[in-house]
Amino acid sequence: MAIATHRGRLVVIGLAGALFALAAQAEEVGGFVLESSKAAKLDNCVEPTEYMRRNHMELIRHQRDTTVYGGIRSTKHSMAGCVTCHVGYGADQQPVPVNGDHQFCEACHDYAAVTLNCFDCHATVPKGEGWNHEVAALHAHAGSGASAEVAGVLALPAGPRVQVEEGESK
Amino acid sequence: MTQRQAKVDPAGVDRDRRDFLGAAAGVTAASVAPGLMLHRLAEAAPRTEPVTDEHRWGMLVDTNKCADGCNACVEACNRENGLNLQSKPLGADLEKWQDQRAVWIRKVKLQDNVSGHVTSLPLMCQHCEHPPCVDVCPTGASFKRADGIVMVDRHTCIGCRYCMMACPYKARSFIHDQVEHKLTRAPRGKGCVESCNLCAHRLDAGGTTTACAEACSAEGHKAIIFGDLKDENSPLRQALGAQPSRQIRDDLDLNTGVRYAGV
Repeated sequence: MAIATHRGRLVVIGLAGALFALAAQAEEVGGFVLESSKAAKLDNCVEPTEYMRRNHMELIRHQRDTTVYGGIRSTKHSMAGCVTCHVGYGADQQPVPVNGDHQFCEACHDYAAVTLNCFDCHATVPKGEGWNHEVAALHAHAGSGASAEVAGVLALPAGPRVQVEEGESK
Repeated sequence: MTQRQAKVDPAGVDRDRRDFLGAAAGVTAASVAPGLMLHRLAEAAPRTEPVTDEHRWGMLVDTNKCADGCNACVEACNRENGLNLQSKPLGADLEKWQDQRAVWIRKVKLQDNVSGHVTSLPLMCQHCEHPPCVDVCPTGASFKRADGIVMVDRHTCIGCRYCMMACPYKARSFIHDQVEHKLTRAPRGKGCVESCNLCAHRLDAGGTTTACAEACSAEGHKAIIFGDLKDENSPLRQALGAQPSRQIRDDLDLNTGVRYAGV
Protein backbone atom coordinates (compact mmCIF):
# COMPACT_ATOMS: atom_id res chain seq x y z
CA MET A 1 0.00 0.00 0.00
CA ALA A 2 2.73 2.38 1.05
CA ILE A 3 4.66 1.47 -2.03
CA ALA A 4 1.64 2.09 -4.24
CA THR A 5 1.13 5.54 -2.71
CA HIS A 6 4.76 6.31 -3.16
CA ARG A 7 4.59 5.24 -6.79
CA GLY A 8 1.46 7.32 -7.28
CA ARG A 9 3.27 10.34 -5.92
CA LEU A 10 6.20 9.70 -8.19
CA VAL A 11 3.91 9.48 -11.17
CA VAL A 12 2.21 12.73 -10.24
CA ILE A 13 5.51 14.49 -9.77
CA GLY A 14 6.77 13.04 -13.01
CA LEU A 15 3.68 14.19 -14.90
CA ALA A 16 3.86 17.65 -13.41
CA GLY A 17 7.51 17.85 -14.38
CA ALA A 18 6.73 16.74 -17.92
CA LEU A 19 3.95 19.32 -18.20
CA PHE A 20 6.23 22.03 -16.94
CA ALA A 21 8.89 21.04 -19.42
CA LEU A 22 6.32 21.05 -22.22
CA ALA A 23 5.07 24.46 -21.19
CA ALA A 24 8.60 25.82 -21.11
CA GLN A 25 9.19 24.36 -24.51
CA ALA A 26 5.95 25.83 -25.84
CA GLU A 27 7.08 29.25 -24.72
CA GLU A 28 10.36 28.80 -26.42
CA VAL A 29 8.74 27.57 -29.62
CA GLY A 30 6.27 30.43 -29.58
CA GLY A 31 8.93 33.09 -29.75
CA PHE A 32 9.02 33.36 -33.49
CA VAL A 33 7.66 36.86 -33.87
CA LEU A 34 10.58 38.89 -35.15
CA GLU A 35 11.63 41.94 -33.20
CA SER A 36 11.96 43.98 -36.37
CA SER A 37 8.44 43.17 -37.61
CA LYS A 38 5.36 45.29 -37.06
CA ALA A 39 3.81 42.33 -35.23
CA ALA A 40 6.32 42.68 -32.39
CA LYS A 41 4.83 46.03 -31.49
CA LEU A 42 1.27 44.73 -31.22
CA ASP A 43 -0.35 42.98 -28.29
CA ASN A 44 -1.65 40.11 -30.36
CA CYS A 45 -2.49 39.01 -33.85
CA VAL A 46 -5.85 39.51 -35.61
CA GLU A 47 -7.12 36.75 -33.33
CA PRO A 48 -5.75 35.68 -29.94
CA THR A 49 -2.26 34.30 -30.29
CA GLU A 50 -3.15 30.79 -29.11
CA TYR A 51 -5.97 30.66 -31.63
CA MET A 52 -3.71 31.83 -34.41
CA ARG A 53 -1.07 29.25 -33.61
CA ARG A 54 -3.53 26.44 -34.09
CA ASN A 55 -5.88 27.82 -36.71
CA HIS A 56 -4.09 30.31 -38.94
CA MET A 57 -4.18 27.86 -41.82
CA GLU A 58 -7.94 27.52 -41.56
CA LEU A 59 -8.38 31.28 -41.58
CA ILE A 60 -6.15 31.68 -44.62
CA ARG A 61 -7.91 28.88 -46.46
CA HIS A 62 -11.30 30.36 -45.78
CA GLN A 63 -10.10 33.79 -46.85
CA ARG A 64 -8.69 32.47 -50.09
CA ASP A 65 -12.09 31.38 -51.37
CA THR A 66 -13.69 34.57 -50.16
CA THR A 67 -11.11 36.50 -52.11
CA VAL A 68 -10.92 34.46 -55.29
CA TYR A 69 -14.66 33.91 -55.74
CA GLY A 70 -16.15 36.79 -53.83
CA GLY A 71 -13.58 39.47 -54.55
CA ILE A 72 -13.30 40.41 -50.88
CA ARG A 73 -9.66 41.24 -50.46
CA SER A 74 -8.97 43.38 -47.49
CA THR A 75 -10.50 41.68 -44.51
CA LYS A 76 -8.41 41.11 -41.43
CA HIS A 77 -7.61 37.52 -42.38
CA SER A 78 -6.00 38.43 -45.67
CA MET A 79 -2.72 36.76 -46.47
CA ALA A 80 -1.26 40.09 -47.55
CA GLY A 81 -1.97 41.25 -44.01
CA CYS A 82 0.02 38.35 -42.55
CA VAL A 83 3.04 39.19 -44.66
CA THR A 84 2.84 42.93 -44.03
CA CYS A 85 2.75 42.49 -40.29
CA HIS A 86 5.11 39.57 -39.82
CA VAL A 87 7.85 40.36 -42.29
CA GLY A 88 11.15 41.14 -40.60
CA TYR A 89 13.51 43.91 -41.60
CA GLY A 90 17.24 43.52 -42.04
CA ALA A 91 19.96 45.91 -40.92
CA ASP A 92 19.49 47.80 -44.19
CA GLN A 93 15.79 48.36 -43.37
CA GLN A 94 14.82 46.13 -46.28
CA PRO A 95 12.16 43.47 -45.69
CA VAL A 96 13.42 39.90 -45.51
CA PRO A 97 11.18 37.26 -47.17
CA VAL A 98 8.90 35.64 -44.56
CA ASN A 99 9.75 32.20 -45.88
CA GLY A 100 13.49 32.74 -45.55
CA ASP A 101 15.61 30.88 -42.99
CA HIS A 102 14.76 31.87 -39.40
CA GLN A 103 12.02 34.20 -40.58
CA PHE A 104 8.52 34.15 -39.12
CA CYS A 105 6.82 31.57 -41.33
CA GLU A 106 9.79 29.38 -42.08
CA ALA A 107 11.20 29.15 -38.56
CA CYS A 108 8.07 27.54 -37.15
CA HIS A 109 7.24 25.47 -40.21
CA ASP A 110 10.77 24.19 -40.22
CA TYR A 111 10.46 23.23 -36.55
CA ALA A 112 7.12 21.51 -37.16
CA ALA A 113 8.36 19.92 -40.40
CA VAL A 114 5.37 21.21 -42.32
CA THR A 115 6.03 22.33 -45.87
CA LEU A 116 4.19 25.45 -46.87
CA ASN A 117 3.67 26.39 -50.48
CA CYS A 118 1.78 29.66 -50.09
CA PHE A 119 4.82 31.50 -51.31
CA ASP A 120 5.13 29.66 -54.58
CA CYS A 121 2.63 32.25 -55.73
CA HIS A 122 2.20 34.84 -52.99
CA ALA A 123 4.66 37.64 -52.40
CA THR A 124 7.04 37.07 -49.50
CA VAL A 125 7.68 40.74 -48.84
CA PRO A 126 5.05 43.46 -48.86
CA LYS A 127 5.32 44.54 -52.46
CA GLY A 128 2.68 47.13 -53.05
CA GLU A 129 0.88 45.55 -50.12
CA GLY A 130 -1.26 48.52 -49.29
CA TRP A 131 -2.32 48.76 -52.89
CA ASN A 132 -5.95 47.78 -52.45
CA HIS A 133 -6.39 50.12 -49.57
CA GLU A 134 -4.55 53.04 -51.08
CA VAL A 135 -6.59 52.76 -54.22
CA ALA A 136 -9.79 52.43 -52.26
CA ALA A 137 -8.95 55.63 -50.42
CA LEU A 138 -8.06 57.37 -53.66
CA HIS A 139 -11.36 56.43 -55.22
CA ALA A 140 -13.29 57.42 -52.14
CA HIS A 141 -11.95 60.92 -52.68
CA ALA A 142 -11.82 61.22 -56.46
CA GLY A 143 -13.85 58.37 -57.94
CA SER A 144 -17.46 58.07 -58.99
CA GLY A 145 -20.30 57.38 -56.58
CA ALA A 146 -20.45 53.71 -57.41
CA SER A 147 -16.81 53.14 -56.68
CA ALA A 148 -16.93 55.07 -53.45
CA GLU A 149 -19.59 52.74 -52.15
CA VAL A 150 -17.29 49.82 -52.60
CA ALA A 151 -14.28 51.73 -51.37
CA GLY A 152 -16.08 52.73 -48.20
CA VAL A 153 -16.38 49.17 -46.99
CA LEU A 154 -12.83 48.27 -47.88
CA ALA A 155 -10.93 49.99 -45.13
CA LEU A 156 -8.42 47.73 -43.48
CA PRO A 157 -8.99 46.72 -39.88
CA ALA A 158 -5.39 47.44 -38.95
CA GLY A 159 -5.91 51.13 -38.36
CA PRO A 160 -2.47 52.60 -38.97
CA ARG A 161 -2.83 52.22 -42.72
CA VAL A 162 -5.25 54.17 -44.84
CA GLN A 163 -8.42 55.48 -43.35
CA VAL A 164 -11.26 55.59 -45.82
CA GLU A 165 -13.96 58.05 -45.19
CA GLU A 166 -17.33 56.71 -46.08
CA GLY A 167 -19.93 58.24 -48.33
CA GLU A 168 -17.76 61.17 -49.14
CA SER A 169 -17.64 61.49 -52.87
CA LYS A 170 -21.29 61.49 -53.88
CA MET B 1 -16.13 31.73 -33.93
CA THR B 2 -13.86 33.80 -31.79
CA GLN B 3 -14.61 36.72 -33.99
CA ARG B 4 -18.34 36.38 -33.50
CA GLN B 5 -17.93 36.19 -29.75
CA ALA B 6 -15.65 39.16 -29.78
CA LYS B 7 -18.38 41.15 -31.48
CA VAL B 8 -20.67 40.67 -28.53
CA ASP B 9 -18.16 41.61 -25.93
CA PRO B 10 -14.62 41.92 -27.17
CA ALA B 11 -13.12 42.78 -23.82
CA GLY B 12 -14.69 40.10 -21.62
CA VAL B 13 -14.62 37.12 -23.93
CA ASP B 14 -11.17 37.76 -25.16
CA ARG B 15 -9.64 38.14 -21.75
CA ASP B 16 -11.35 35.03 -20.41
CA ARG B 17 -10.15 32.99 -23.30
CA ARG B 18 -6.62 34.17 -22.96
CA ASP B 19 -6.65 33.61 -19.22
CA PHE B 20 -7.87 30.08 -19.68
CA LEU B 21 -5.36 29.24 -22.37
CA GLY B 22 -2.59 30.89 -20.46
CA ALA B 23 -3.30 28.80 -17.36
CA ALA B 24 -3.65 25.61 -19.36
CA ALA B 25 -0.30 26.09 -21.01
CA GLY B 26 1.32 26.84 -17.69
CA VAL B 27 2.55 30.19 -18.78
CA THR B 28 2.77 33.08 -16.36
CA ALA B 29 0.12 35.73 -16.03
CA ALA B 30 2.54 38.27 -17.44
CA SER B 31 2.04 36.94 -20.92
CA VAL B 32 -1.73 37.36 -20.78
CA ALA B 33 -2.10 40.65 -22.57
CA PRO B 34 -5.53 42.09 -23.12
CA GLY B 35 -5.03 42.87 -26.81
CA LEU B 36 -8.21 44.86 -27.11
CA MET B 37 -6.94 47.48 -29.49
CA LEU B 38 -6.87 45.29 -32.56
CA HIS B 39 -10.26 43.85 -31.90
CA ARG B 40 -11.90 47.16 -31.55
CA LEU B 41 -10.34 48.39 -34.76
CA ALA B 42 -11.40 45.23 -36.52
CA GLU B 43 -14.95 45.79 -35.35
CA ALA B 44 -14.96 49.24 -36.82
CA ALA B 45 -13.95 47.98 -40.25
CA PRO B 46 -16.94 47.36 -42.47
CA ARG B 47 -16.99 44.20 -44.52
CA THR B 48 -17.51 43.88 -48.23
CA GLU B 49 -20.15 41.71 -49.82
CA PRO B 50 -19.19 39.07 -52.40
CA VAL B 51 -19.46 40.12 -56.04
CA THR B 52 -22.87 39.65 -57.65
CA ASP B 53 -24.22 39.49 -61.18
CA GLU B 54 -25.51 43.02 -60.82
CA HIS B 55 -22.58 44.07 -63.00
CA ARG B 56 -21.00 42.44 -65.96
CA TRP B 57 -17.64 43.93 -66.76
CA GLY B 58 -16.64 44.34 -70.36
CA MET B 59 -14.79 46.43 -72.88
CA LEU B 60 -15.10 48.04 -76.24
CA VAL B 61 -11.95 48.31 -78.31
CA ASP B 62 -12.18 50.83 -81.15
CA THR B 63 -9.59 49.57 -83.59
CA ASN B 64 -9.76 52.83 -85.58
CA LYS B 65 -8.26 54.61 -82.60
CA CYS B 66 -5.73 51.92 -81.76
CA ALA B 67 -2.36 53.13 -83.00
CA ASP B 68 -0.05 50.82 -84.87
CA GLY B 69 3.23 50.54 -82.97
CA CYS B 70 1.79 51.72 -79.66
CA ASN B 71 2.31 49.20 -76.90
CA ALA B 72 1.08 51.20 -73.93
CA CYS B 73 -1.70 48.77 -72.94
CA VAL B 74 0.64 45.81 -72.98
CA GLU B 75 3.26 47.56 -70.90
CA ALA B 76 0.68 48.81 -68.41
CA CYS B 77 -0.70 45.28 -68.02
CA ASN B 78 2.78 43.90 -67.46
CA ARG B 79 3.53 46.48 -64.79
CA GLU B 80 0.17 46.04 -63.12
CA ASN B 81 0.42 42.28 -62.79
CA GLY B 82 4.13 41.86 -62.27
CA LEU B 83 4.65 40.28 -65.68
CA ASN B 84 7.52 42.69 -66.31
CA LEU B 85 9.36 40.95 -63.47
CA GLN B 86 9.74 37.80 -65.53
CA SER B 87 13.19 36.90 -66.73
CA LYS B 88 14.49 34.36 -69.16
CA PRO B 89 15.48 31.14 -67.41
CA LEU B 90 19.19 30.49 -67.45
CA GLY B 91 20.23 28.78 -70.64
CA ALA B 92 16.82 28.99 -72.27
CA ASP B 93 16.56 29.74 -75.94
CA LEU B 94 15.60 33.40 -76.47
CA GLU B 95 13.10 32.70 -79.20
CA LYS B 96 11.45 29.98 -77.19
CA TRP B 97 11.29 32.21 -74.15
CA GLN B 98 9.64 35.01 -76.07
CA ASP B 99 7.11 32.49 -77.27
CA GLN B 100 6.41 31.04 -73.84
CA ARG B 101 6.61 33.93 -71.41
CA ALA B 102 3.34 34.95 -69.81
CA VAL B 103 1.39 37.50 -71.83
CA TRP B 104 -2.06 38.62 -70.78
CA ILE B 105 -2.65 41.14 -73.52
CA ARG B 106 -0.93 41.38 -76.89
CA LYS B 107 -1.08 43.55 -79.95
CA VAL B 108 -2.34 41.87 -83.08
CA LYS B 109 -2.06 43.24 -86.59
CA LEU B 110 -4.59 42.32 -89.27
CA GLN B 111 -3.99 43.00 -92.92
CA ASP B 112 -6.64 42.92 -95.59
CA ASN B 113 -4.94 41.17 -98.46
CA VAL B 114 -7.09 42.85 -101.09
CA SER B 115 -6.86 46.45 -99.95
CA GLY B 116 -3.68 46.20 -97.89
CA HIS B 117 -5.40 48.00 -95.03
CA VAL B 118 -3.76 47.24 -91.70
CA THR B 119 -5.75 47.11 -88.46
CA SER B 120 -4.03 47.05 -85.10
CA LEU B 121 -5.80 45.79 -82.01
CA PRO B 122 -5.12 44.51 -78.51
CA LEU B 123 -6.27 40.96 -77.85
CA MET B 124 -6.76 39.48 -74.41
CA CYS B 125 -9.17 37.19 -72.59
CA GLN B 126 -12.58 38.03 -74.01
CA HIS B 127 -14.42 37.15 -70.80
CA CYS B 128 -17.06 35.05 -72.53
CA GLU B 129 -20.46 34.42 -71.03
CA HIS B 130 -20.02 30.78 -72.04
CA PRO B 131 -16.27 30.32 -71.69
CA PRO B 132 -14.83 27.21 -73.34
CA CYS B 133 -11.95 27.25 -70.86
CA VAL B 134 -14.41 26.76 -68.00
CA ASP B 135 -16.16 23.95 -69.89
CA VAL B 136 -13.02 21.90 -70.25
CA CYS B 137 -11.35 22.52 -66.89
CA PRO B 138 -11.16 19.17 -65.07
CA THR B 139 -10.78 20.65 -61.59
CA GLY B 140 -13.09 23.65 -61.70
CA ALA B 141 -10.14 25.99 -61.33
CA SER B 142 -11.11 27.90 -64.43
CA PHE B 143 -14.28 29.73 -63.51
CA LYS B 144 -16.45 32.70 -64.25
CA ARG B 145 -16.95 35.09 -61.38
CA ALA B 146 -20.45 36.37 -60.72
CA ASP B 147 -19.57 39.70 -62.29
CA GLY B 148 -18.54 38.08 -65.56
CA ILE B 149 -14.78 37.98 -65.08
CA VAL B 150 -13.28 34.70 -66.26
CA MET B 151 -10.33 33.73 -64.13
CA VAL B 152 -8.25 30.89 -62.73
CA ASP B 153 -8.33 29.78 -59.12
CA ARG B 154 -4.66 28.96 -58.84
CA HIS B 155 -5.27 27.02 -55.65
CA THR B 156 -7.06 24.32 -57.65
CA CYS B 157 -5.31 24.66 -61.02
CA ILE B 158 -3.24 21.57 -61.77
CA GLY B 159 -1.61 23.05 -64.85
CA CYS B 160 -3.06 20.61 -67.37
CA ARG B 161 -3.48 23.40 -69.94
CA TYR B 162 -6.73 22.09 -71.42
CA CYS B 163 -8.07 25.61 -71.13
CA MET B 164 -5.25 26.92 -73.25
CA MET B 165 -6.23 24.46 -75.95
CA ALA B 166 -9.88 25.36 -75.67
CA CYS B 167 -9.49 29.14 -75.81
CA PRO B 168 -10.18 30.44 -79.32
CA TYR B 169 -8.30 33.64 -78.54
CA LYS B 170 -5.00 32.16 -77.36
CA ALA B 171 -5.46 34.32 -74.30
CA ARG B 172 -3.89 32.13 -71.65
CA SER B 173 -0.33 31.56 -70.56
CA PHE B 174 1.31 28.85 -68.54
CA ILE B 175 3.97 29.53 -65.94
CA HIS B 176 6.79 27.08 -66.51
CA ASP B 177 9.23 28.12 -63.83
CA GLN B 178 9.45 29.20 -60.24
CA VAL B 179 8.40 32.85 -60.04
CA GLU B 180 11.04 34.79 -58.14
CA HIS B 181 9.38 38.18 -58.13
CA LYS B 182 5.69 38.67 -57.70
CA LEU B 183 3.45 41.45 -56.49
CA THR B 184 1.14 41.23 -53.51
CA ARG B 185 -1.80 42.25 -55.65
CA ALA B 186 -1.10 39.65 -58.34
CA PRO B 187 0.04 36.30 -56.93
CA ARG B 188 1.41 34.00 -59.62
CA GLY B 189 3.43 30.82 -59.51
CA LYS B 190 4.80 27.81 -61.28
CA GLY B 191 2.47 25.22 -62.73
CA CYS B 192 -0.60 27.41 -63.14
CA VAL B 193 -2.38 28.87 -66.11
CA GLU B 194 -3.17 32.55 -66.05
CA SER B 195 -4.80 35.22 -68.14
CA CYS B 196 -6.32 38.69 -68.05
CA ASN B 197 -8.68 39.11 -65.10
CA LEU B 198 -9.84 42.61 -66.02
CA CYS B 199 -7.70 43.92 -63.17
CA ALA B 200 -10.05 42.30 -60.65
CA HIS B 201 -7.92 43.60 -57.78
CA ARG B 202 -8.68 47.14 -58.91
CA LEU B 203 -12.40 46.53 -59.26
CA ASP B 204 -12.52 44.88 -55.85
CA ALA B 205 -10.84 47.93 -54.37
CA GLY B 206 -13.45 50.21 -55.90
CA GLY B 207 -11.57 50.94 -59.12
CA THR B 208 -13.52 51.70 -62.25
CA THR B 209 -10.96 51.02 -64.92
CA THR B 210 -8.25 48.58 -65.95
CA ALA B 211 -4.55 49.24 -66.38
CA CYS B 212 -4.75 48.86 -70.17
CA ALA B 213 -7.73 51.20 -70.59
CA GLU B 214 -6.08 53.72 -68.31
CA ALA B 215 -2.81 53.61 -70.25
CA CYS B 216 -4.61 53.92 -73.57
CA SER B 217 -6.42 57.03 -72.36
CA ALA B 218 -3.18 58.43 -70.98
CA GLU B 219 -1.63 58.03 -74.42
CA GLY B 220 -4.52 60.02 -75.83
CA HIS B 221 -5.86 57.22 -78.02
CA LYS B 222 -8.88 56.31 -75.91
CA ALA B 223 -9.29 53.12 -77.93
CA ILE B 224 -10.30 50.99 -74.93
CA ILE B 225 -13.48 51.74 -73.03
CA PHE B 226 -13.98 49.67 -69.91
CA GLY B 227 -17.26 49.46 -68.07
CA ASP B 228 -20.39 47.68 -67.00
CA LEU B 229 -22.29 45.93 -69.78
CA LYS B 230 -25.41 45.78 -67.65
CA ASP B 231 -25.58 49.47 -66.84
CA GLU B 232 -27.47 51.23 -69.64
CA ASN B 233 -26.03 54.57 -68.68
CA SER B 234 -22.42 53.47 -68.52
CA PRO B 235 -20.00 55.01 -71.04
CA LEU B 236 -19.40 51.52 -72.34
CA ARG B 237 -23.05 50.87 -73.18
CA GLN B 238 -23.39 54.28 -74.75
CA ALA B 239 -20.32 53.71 -76.90
CA LEU B 240 -21.63 50.29 -77.90
CA GLY B 241 -24.96 51.82 -78.82
CA ALA B 242 -23.40 54.58 -80.88
CA GLN B 243 -21.41 52.44 -83.29
CA PRO B 244 -21.43 48.98 -84.77
CA SER B 245 -19.21 46.50 -82.97
CA ARG B 246 -18.67 42.79 -83.09
CA GLN B 247 -17.36 39.88 -81.16
CA ILE B 248 -14.32 38.14 -82.49
CA ARG B 249 -15.33 34.63 -83.54
CA ASP B 250 -18.99 35.49 -83.02
CA ASP B 251 -19.78 32.23 -84.83
CA LEU B 252 -18.93 30.42 -81.60
CA ASP B 253 -21.81 32.10 -79.72
CA LEU B 254 -19.69 32.78 -76.67
CA ASN B 255 -21.17 36.22 -75.98
CA THR B 256 -17.85 37.82 -75.21
CA GLY B 257 -17.49 40.65 -72.76
CA VAL B 258 -14.88 42.33 -74.95
CA ARG B 259 -16.22 43.82 -78.18
CA TYR B 260 -14.40 45.35 -81.13
CA ALA B 261 -15.40 48.22 -83.37
CA GLY B 262 -13.88 48.78 -86.80
CA VAL B 263 -13.04 45.20 -87.67
